[in-house]
Amino acid sequence: MRDGTTMQKTIRVQSSPFDAAAESAALTRGRTDIGALVSFVGLCRDEAGTLSALELEHYPAMAEEEMARIAAEAESRWPLLGLTIIHRTGKILPGEDIVLVLAASAHRHAAFAAAEFLMDFLKSRAPFWKKEHRLDGSAGQWVEAKDADEAALKRWLNTL
Amino acid sequence: MKLVYFASLREKIGLGEEEIDLPADLRSIADLIAWLSGRDEVYAEAFANKMARAAIDKRHAKPDAPIAGAKEIAFFPPMTGG
Repeated sequence: MRDGTTMQKTIRVQSSPFDAAAESAALTRGRTDIGALVSFVGLCRDEAGTLSALELEHYPAMAEEEMARIAAEAESRWPLLGLTIIHRTGKILPGEDIVLVLAASAHRHAAFAAAEFLMDFLKSRAPFWKKEHRLDGSAGQWVEAKDADEAALKRWLNTL
Repeated sequence: MKLVYFASLREKIGLGEEEIDLPADLRSIADLIAWLSGRDEVYAEAFANKMARAAIDKRHAKPDAPIAGAKEIAFFPPMTGG
């Protein structure tokens, strides 16, 4: 709660696709205090043309709890009016959406910063793992964590 | 104690979860990894790269975190969500 306004928060893990436009509309519907809404969608990418699908494994219960802890940390850092985090699991085809982050605030700076913060922490702290399935049917490899993702986290730990 | 494993660690160990009676002298996550690795070559192999992360009762835990009173301990590789 901030000056009598409400913070609307949605955190979900689901196997089905999400509708980013519908989620944005739901977050801002009936509100006149939100001046900035940043939307980030992470998609299943196939750079080499050899991927048939990504399989997303997660730690049930901990995934939702960790997403909520990351959201609470974002709320404590920026004056947010709304947050939506949806992460898919299971088999996801190239071009399909994997993750949605919406951050709403009165002004753009907080919304941009919170969305970036949420994605950086989701990548390296939320218990999800990606496995690749190849078009030629060969055994899939687990995607390895990147040093750059860990470095992205450290950047936030040095602020505030 | 309930132990759960995810992703590449689950595949290497060949189990998603198991109930194990732990010796009382195991104090930390690091102790537990050393004990599991010492009793079975499959676990030693799974933990050999020192990359395993842990969670105690669904919260991230460092190697020196005490395990006393835990209901569920999870082991998994570095996360790759998002």
